[in-house]
Amino acid sequence: MSRTTNPTPDPRRMLDLDPVTVRRARALARRAGKPVVNLAQRHTTVSVERAVLRLAGLEGADVEGIPWVNRLVDVVREQVGLEHGVALPVWDAMMREGDDLTTLAQRAAAGSVDFQIPEGKASTYAGRIARKDVSAGIRRIDASRRQRDRLIEKFGDPPAPWIYLIVATGDIYEDIPQAQAAAREGADVIAVIRSTGQSLLDYVPEGPTREGYAGTYATQANFRLMRAALDQTSRELGRYVRLTNYASGLCMPEIAALAGLERLDMMLNDSMYGILFRDINPVRTFVDQRFSRQVHARAGIIINTGEDNYLTTADAVEAAHTVTVSQLLNEYFAKEAGLEDWQLGLGHAFEINPEIPDSFRLELAHALLARALFPNAPLKWMPPTKHMTGDVFRGYLLDGFFNLAGALTGQGILLVGMMTEAVVTPWLSDRDLALQNVRYVFNAAGGLREDFRPAPDGFIAERARQVLGEAVDLLEDIVDDTLLEAIADGTFGLMKRPADAGRGLDGVFRKADGYLNPAGDLLEERATR
Amino acid sequence: MSAKKSKSLVRPYGDTTGDGMVQVSFTLPVPHDKRAEGAAALLAAKMGIEPAMVVHAKPMGPDFTFFVVYGSVSHLVDLRDVQVVERDYPLLSPKEVNSAIKKGLRRPLVVVGACIGTDAHTVGIDAILNIKGFAGEKGLEYYSELTVVNLGAQVAVPELVEKARLHRADAVLVSQVVTQRDAHLHNTREMSAAFREAFPAERRPLLVVGGPRFDELATGELGVDRIFGKGTTPGEVASYLVSALVPVPTTRKKAS
Repeated sequence: MSRTTNPTPDPRRMLDLDPVTVRRARALARRAGKPVVNLAQRHTTVSVERAVLRLAGLEGADVEGIPWVNRLVDVVREQVGLEHGVALPVWDAMMREGDDLTTLAQRAAAGSVDFQIPEGKASTYAGRIARKDVSAGIRRIDASRRQRDRLIEKFGDPPAPWIYLIVATGDIYEDIPQAQAAAREGADVIAVIRSTGQSLLDYVPEGPTREGYAGTYATQANFRLMRAALDQTSRELGRYVRLTNYASGLCMPEIAALAGLERLDMMLNDSMYGILFRDINPVRTFVDQRFSRQVHARAGIIINTGEDNYLTTADAVEAAHTVTVSQLLNEYFAKEAGLEDWQLGLGHAFEINPEIPDSFRLELAHALLARALFPNAPLKWMPPTKHMTGDVFRGYLLDGFFNLAGALTGQGILLVGMMTEAVVTPWLSDRDLALQNVRYVFNAAGGLREDFRPAPDGFIAERARQVLGEAVDLLEDIVDDTLLEAIADGTFGLMKRPADAGRGLDGVFRKADGYLNPAGDLLEERATR
Repeated sequence: MSAKKSKSLVRPYGDTTGDGMVQVSFTLPVPHDKRAEGAAALLAAKMGIEPAMVVHAKPMGPDFTFFVVYGSVSHLVDLRDVQVVERDYPLLSPKEVNSAIKKGLRRPLVVVGACIGTDAHTVGIDAILNIKGFAGEKGLEYYSELTVVNLGAQVAVPELVEKARLHRADAVLVSQVVTQRDAHLHNTREMSAAFREAFPAERRPLLVVGGPRFDELATGELGVDRIFGKGTTPGEVASYLVSALVPVPTTRKKAS
């Protein structure tokens, strides 16, 4: 695929934004986000605690397929609560009983372990051993990151934009040849869509899976199988093919940990998506989010945020500023958790109604605004879905314009649009046609960005400034009102989600004095031991 | 065409009446060569496209070939044989809906909506229920005489039944977008069975399902009162609810 390798023009020169307004927008995002970070720091969740056990090496499931991490956390929770974290009572019991972690989990599930919150010397000792065991998992994540760097060095890194294709058969053994074929056809990034409904499972399924609805379960074994297959294909193609999955839903922290261990390269990870689109409790989400982002930061994983989703429910013109606000919040939460600019695949989408006049100029304005606001982030550019009507011919044209907007505004991650969106899950031919579309546009106009300078006082620049202005106004309201209230009021994607409702609330615990989470500590301290 | 009789028989139209021209595209799992193109033409002939022109053939990897085929189809359709669900209720404006409910029911009509099963696609239910609406029409939340409870995505059937009871739903609207392995049909049958079990017949809420891949004729088979397909607008749903649920007031100022 011919893609421009010319140096990227500084996006800020394509669109002249008032630096004072930009600084103000970031400052407001920080003020809106800070109370949520404080809230997240004061709480833990069942999934954060299970992630700690996974990092310490607890794998496998009982005969019913319920993972041992769930069994163990449930017993601890029942006996002594999770306010002190799972580490202290579990490692205290291990020391007393002389068990390894798996044996302890099995015995605990059978009801033959008494947990207690250790005090004094016993507590210090349990904490120290817990940290030692968990740090082994953190070091495995570090090793995976180094391995990725080595393989990128060896196989080569594809030029931007990275072509992002989806596979979703439900069966990991079908997904693998499809993913390898997609990579051979030109995909730089393979996303394995998860089974519908996995986000609401409060456990991570185990083992290789062959039964999923509209997608394949995210499991550690599936991650490992797919990464190994893509390593093989990367070697064959001479470029590193990245693998994407979803750190979202009720098990986000655990899935982030598994992704780090198994060297996934990108993860869908939005600060508010679960709240808005899965009705997961806001507090649960923000706590899980923060931990998962800390893991991603450590693992060198690029996150993809989900702003494109707002535009599938709200109007893409009226709600353009909510995308900007969400991007700014996602940036703040990401940076706070230790992620760097190159890891921020902030999302946005080509979803303006094509019937309205100047829709393409509006798309360019919005895309350029995101580009100029986040000049060092890769940005994930999502194709039209809402106005794909089933008229596949018109859809193909829209996808062409989407690709052109992506080329003109220097998007880093290009999700390939399918003309059969809203009709069928993509056929082989749909994918082939879609890639031809991308190739044609980038061959023909990949370098056009160099010549493209919207008039400083023209329609595009004015529109971008207007959206940024509206974003600042909305951020001011959010700061006055608090972010949790704004979410409850339906500010984003028109969904109303109060902080005291939603799924997973019963898995949230306020931390007690003496709470211990060795994984959290190692991540915060950026320590290896 | 002038004669009434001939109008009921139709063929596809390319650029001349009666030319029967159609265009299809498909993939065959064979490498691209002469034989593959011949196979495409043969398949087209079996579909009734004869003579078929294989206007485009492109290899997709070593094992597949993509074809675009044009040709004249030999089949005819008699419009008198076509079976569809025609709209059997008058289309009302929001104002007329509200006033009909006010006069006929003398209380707000309660609608509970959800995506059931594992379906997470709220696009359909939101298009019908959210104020934002669809196709330029405002959603049911906009109607002052409709009380709308939108339960959102991935609602379990027992929860839907419970919420319908709690809110004293007059109608339950269910949207199903995901159709993999006929999930939409299984879910709908499960839902209608649960309502039949939980409510005596005369107290059961009106069951309405919608989604892009339903057959609007399958109400009996799925155990629901109405099925709405692709492109249904909120106004159509509201008008249907009025015709199905609101008794025509007995005292009228004017006889109709």
